[in-house]
Amino acid sequence: MQTSIDAQHLKKTYGELVAVDDVSFQVRPGEGFGILGPNGAGKTSIIQMLYGLSPLTGGVLKVFGMDTRSNMRAIKARLGVCQQENSLDPDLTVRQNMEVFARYFDISLPVARERTQKLLRFMALDHRQDARAVDLSGGMMRRLVIARALINEPELLILDEPTTGLDPQSRHQVWERLEELRANGLAILLTTHYMDEASRLCDRVVIMDHGRILVEGEPAELIREHIGHNIIEVAEPTAELRERIREKQWRNEDLGHRIIIYVENDLQMFQEISRLCGMEGCSMRMATLEDVFLKLTGRDLRE
Amino acid sequence: MRTPFDLSWLFRRVWQRNFTVYRENWHVSFLPPLLEPLFYLLAFGFGLSALVGVIHYEGQAVPYLKFIAPALIAINIMNNAFFENTFASFVRMYYQKTFTAMMATPLSLEEIITGEIVWGATKSVIATAIMLAVISLFGLISYPSGLLLLPVAFLGGLAFGTIGMFFTGIVKNIELFNLPIFLFITPMFLFSGTFFPMNTLPEWAAWLALALPLTHLVKLCRYLGWGRYDMALLGEVLYFIIFLLIFFPLAMTVMRRRLLK
Repeated sequence: MQTSIDAQHLKKTYGELVAVDDVSFQVRPGEGFGILGPNGAGKTSIIQMLYGLSPLTGGVLKVFGMDTRSNMRAIKARLGVCQQENSLDPDLTVRQNMEVFARYFDISLPVARERTQKLLRFMALDHRQDARAVDLSGGMMRRLVIARALINEPELLILDEPTTGLDPQSRHQVWERLEELRANGLAILLTTHYMDEASRLCDRVVIMDHGRILVEGEPAELIREHIGHNIIEVAEPTAELRERIREKQWRNEDLGHRIIIYVENDLQMFQEISRLCGMEGCSMRMATLEDVFLKLTGRDLRE
Repeated sequence: MRTPFDLSWLFRRVWQRNFTVYRENWHVSFLPPLLEPLFYLLAFGFGLSALVGVIHYEGQAVPYLKFIAPALIAINIMNNAFFENTFASFVRMYYQKTFTAMMATPLSLEEIITGEIVWGATKSVIATAIMLAVISLFGLISYPSGLLLLPVAFLGGLAFGTIGMFFTGIVKNIELFNLPIFLFITPMFLFSGTFFPMNTLPEWAAWLALALPLTHLVKLCRYLGWGRYDMALLGEVLYFIIFLLIFFPLAMTVMRRRLLK
C-alpha cells in the first residue's frame, strides 16, 4: 500500500544546531498521525520540510509517493496546511480569504464559492462571512485557517499545533470538527504538546525530543508499555512510604515533594499507600499519554 | 535538485491577491498620486517658476513647469513601486505571514516574489494614469506620445520594485528601510536631472547620476511627455532591460535566502 508520507533519515541543521536528527516515519492514507514533543523538539521543522519551506539537509522525504525535492508543486496541490501562526489576510473578509486562497490552487470562482459556503458552514463561520478577518476572535481565526486549508479538498491535512493559545471552548470545537473530518476519511498529521489532543485525534504518535524520535506507537499501547494502567500520585511523601517503595520495588518517579508510582490495577496497593500518607495526600488516576511524555522527555523546562 | 527558477503564470494569483486588497482600500491609495502633483505644480508653478523662467535642456528652451512635469511622473513611478515592494511587501512577509501561507499552496517562491514585483509595477502604472490626467489638465503633456508613459511606468516600476524587493530581502527590520531611502531614493530624487538639468552638476557627479535608474526614467518621461521620438529612447529601454537582468535574479536570491528556513 502506498504511504501518504514516507520519511527516511530526515536531517535538518541550522548552522551548528541540529533540529532534526535522523528521523524516519510513515503515515498511512486515512490515518491520524501525531508528532509530539516539547518546544524545540524539531516538530515544526518537519512540518516545514513537508511543504517545501525548509529544504532538507539530508534524507529522503516522499509525500504521496513523490519526492519533495522534485515534485513539490504536485505535492502541495494535494496537501492542506495549517501553520502555527495565523497568516490570514487581515484586510479581507472571511469569504474573500477563502476565495483568494482558492485562486492559489487555480480553482475556478464558481467552485471556490461553492466550497467556501460548504466549509464556512462546516466550521460554523457562515454567519461571519462578511466580517473582516482582523475582527474575528482567536478561535474563529483558527477555524478559518483550517477551513482555508481545506479549500483544495486535500488528501492529507497538516496541522502545526492547531489549538495552541485557544480557550477550552474553542479547543473542543476545533477538536470536534477535526474528528468529523477524520471520520470522513481525511488523513491528519498534527504536531502538538497537548497530550489529550493527540489521544483524541491520532491513531498513532511519535514522541520526539532533541530532534530524534524516542518512541512510536498507538497512544494506548504506549501508555501500557511505558507506564502501566494507573498512576498514584503522593504529595509530601513520608520517609516510611519511601522505605516501603524501596522494599517492594514499586516502579516510581521521585520528584522530591511528590512521588509518582506506576501501578497495575491494584486497589490493595492504593489502600496500603493511602494508609501510609492519608487519603488527602494521595490520588489514583488512569495513566495518560502525558505521563509517557513526561517520563520520556523529562520534566526540565524548555525555554 | 530544485531548478534555479521555478516560474509559471501562476504568479498572477499573487498579483490578484494584492489587487483584491487594493480594491478594498482604493479610496486611500488613489489620493496621493492625485494630490501630490498638484502640490508640486502649485509650489513650483507659482513659486519657483517665476524665478527660474526658462530652462535650456538639450538645446531646447523649455518653460520650467514643462521641464519638471515629466520628472514628477518619473519620481512618482519610482516611489510607488519602491514603497510597495519595501514597506508593503515587508508587512505582508513579516507581519501578516502572507508569503508563508502562499508557500503551502502550489505557488513557488519565485512566483510569489514575481507577483509582488509585478504588482509594485502595477501600482506605478495606476499612479501614473491618475497623475497624467491631472498634469494634462495644465497642458503640460503631449499626446499621443504621452500615452507611452504608461508602459514606461510599468518598466520603471519593475526596476524600482526589484530594487525594493532586494532591500526587503536583506533588512533586519522595517525601520532599516530608512537607509536605502536616505542613501538611494532621496539623492536620486534630487540629482537625476529632475529639478535642474544635469549639465549644471560637476562632471564627476553627472557621471555618477548617469548610473542611477531615475536619471534614465526621467529622460524617457521627458521625451515621451513632450512628443520627442528619438533613437536614444531605445538605449534607455535597453538600460532598464539590463538593469532587470542583473537585479531581478539578485532580488530573488536574497528573498529565497530570507524565506526558506
